[in-house]
Amino acid sequence: MSFGHAAPREMQPDSFAFTKENLEKAQQVIAKYPPGRQQSAVMALLDLAQRQHDNWLPTVAMDYVADLLEMPRIRVYEVATFYTMYHLAPVGKWHLQVCTTTPCWLRGSDEVMRAIKDKTGLGGHSRHCHGAKRDEFTCEEVECLGACVNAPMLQVNDDYYEDLDYERTCQLIDALKAGKPPQVGSMTGRQGSQAQAGSTSLQHVRKQLEEAAKQRAAAKPADTAPAKAEGSAEQPAAKAKPKAKGADAPATGTSDPDDSPVKTKARANKTGEAQEKGKPADAPEDPNPADVPSHPPKSGD
Amino acid sequence: MLRDEDRIFTNLYGWDDWRLDGAKRRGVWDNTKALIELGRDKIIDEVKRSNLRGRGGAGFPTGMKWSFMPKEEKPGKPSYLVINADESEPGTCKDRDILRFDPHRLIEGALLSSFAMGAHACYIYIRGEFYNEASNINQAIAEAYEAGLVGKNACGSGWDFDIYLHRGAGAYICGEETALLESLEGKKGQPRNKPPFPAGAGLYACPTTVNNVETIAVVPSILRRGAEWFASFGRDKNSGTKLFCISGHVNQPCNVEEAMSIPLRELLEAHAGGVRGGWDNLLGVLPGGSSTPVIPKDVCDDVLMDFDGLREAKSALGTAGVIVMDKSTDIIYAIARLSWFYTHESCGQCTPCREGTGWIHRVMKRMVKGNASPDEIDMLLEVTKEIEGHTICAHGDASAWPIQGLIRHFRPEMEKRIRDYRDAAHAGRPVPQAAE
Repeated sequence: MSFGHAAPREMQPDSFAFTKENLEKAQQVIAKYPPGRQQSAVMALLDLAQRQHDNWLPTVAMDYVADLLEMPRIRVYEVATFYTMYHLAPVGKWHLQVCTTTPCWLRGSDEVMRAIKDKTGLGGHSRHCHGAKRDEFTCEEVECLGACVNAPMLQVNDDYYEDLDYERTCQLIDALKAGKPPQVGSMTGRQGSQAQAGSTSLQHVRKQLEEAAKQRAAAKPADTAPAKAEGSAEQPAAKAKPKAKGADAPATGTSDPDDSPVKTKARANKTGEAQEKGKPADAPEDPNPADVPSHPPKSGD
Repeated sequence: MLRDEDRIFTNLYGWDDWRLDGAKRRGVWDNTKALIELGRDKIIDEVKRSNLRGRGGAGFPTGMKWSFMPKEEKPGKPSYLVINADESEPGTCKDRDILRFDPHRLIEGALLSSFAMGAHACYIYIRGEFYNEASNINQAIAEAYEAGLVGKNACGSGWDFDIYLHRGAGAYICGEETALLESLEGKKGQPRNKPPFPAGAGLYACPTTVNNVETIAVVPSILRRGAEWFASFGRDKNSGTKLFCISGHVNQPCNVEEAMSIPLRELLEAHAGGVRGGWDNLLGVLPGGSSTPVIPKDVCDDVLMDFDGLREAKSALGTAGVIVMDKSTDIIYAIARLSWFYTHESCGQCTPCREGTGWIHRVMKRMVKGNASPDEIDMLLEVTKEIEGHTICAHGDASAWPIQGLIRHFRPEMEKRIRDYRDAAHAGRPVPQAAE
């Protein structure tokens, strides 16, 4: 079912064009597909356009993408209205997408909705800004986001916040209001999708990892620890900017395998340090999802 | 219980580094060249003998699916492998953990599977909401290119192999294989009529195989440890290990890898801390994601978690997303919420599904209150039968099954709700209402 409706005329800008940087990214995306099949790139390009334009897609941007890919404009409108992640009207700086499908509902997504209502006054159908000024928050109820084991959860722009309840949702919104989004992932410090009380499987892996970490810690002087602490403290601050700016989304600019190894190394170091602290298993953050925004591909160039 | 040594996904919870170094420590990319040197026929034969069945829900034998791919490449018709990472089935979150914590296992599997079916290119279609997961995959692909594991002469085997990531943008239906291919071609995700099947004409009208993430990710382990090893878990024709996602009213919701054919009760009690309030507090379980019919407690007592066991219980293993509901659950609302999910996600192509899912949802909304007539339960059942099997893809069926399961097992509950509503209204005869 299509739910997309273009924003009213007075909100629509007069023109749109990719920045030089995004145009290069667009060319890389197009190169992923066989010659003559550039239409395949339409989804990635619309996403790129949306990220460049405060997280929503004006009609001129769809036209621009259509012309770039030599597609009939109607084919681009079809795509933009079919998929729910394209916002055809402005959304807030923090776009809250609450999963209320059965697995999340069973674990209390109604409480998450109530917290959002109490904190921001928004209900589940406030998906667009209506005034001339960009709202701080918009909210929509969405269908299953695929993190059912960590239910209930909500997605803020690109990031998942999991294992919520009323209190933790309030804390999350307060943090967003202060411009300091917390660590992405579980809000209880639970790692990945293991049981909150500790995993019932893979104990031998945990032992091996702990031993390896101990050996590494013994082999090196302890002065690496402060560096790690600093790094993780910086992380939320770096994330303060809403991610709509992430025209440099790592996911879209990919086909070029050459620019990534640099950032790969940067992140690998971080992981190494986390393990040297000797607690890979119960460190609250896992190395991966959270630090993506602080290392966009751009920084590797 | 499955022994730790037999678990394939040793970084399921992200304890270790997910990058190339960590993956190599876990045995990924260990002499992959030798596995390629087994040759196409031998690889397909091993996968066939392992009795691996697709992990995306339908459970089609993987080796057989691969053998449908053409042996010789026709000019201008290259073969493709497409990996379905559009994980959106409510209750399912297993592929996400592979994508974010073990991406190299998937990439190695993609190389071996592509080689086995003669494909030089592979696309991973990941759901758009998995932004951070996509980022991990992307970086893992970059690492693999850098290390010469994929690309020209992948792993020094002489086989050229390219792998690309394609992000979706929020449409459940794109998990259906032909809708996924449409979406990959840059169109609305509306399923195609079959035949032609993707192995004949799939992506860009070329021979294509679409496989689930988990299916592809277990292939390297099957080849290393042998088909017999994999086939030794679970019952005949249902073999292997499987990632189960246990959500809902259990004490410790979690993902866990277990042997197929494990009893449901053992699965919940050994790994998920048991049902909230004890086993006797169990109301019912959706055993394989939202599309599978609910099974009540008396069935749950001894049902085995595999394709055939759950089919006998008139349900299905689906994606093994186990949604547990205890006795505090308003089961009618739980299913009504799913009917809204299917309404929302219908692509709008076939009339029975486009109109039927909305109709079902509107009737279910009244059923939740009890504002209905008992006859309407039969009408509802009848309408689900009219949708089932009359649409291009299985979305219509998937929207019908949860309702059928509800009526099959919880009809007295629905009738009681209707009686209570009438008693409460207490105002003479109920006013008939059209569903629209």
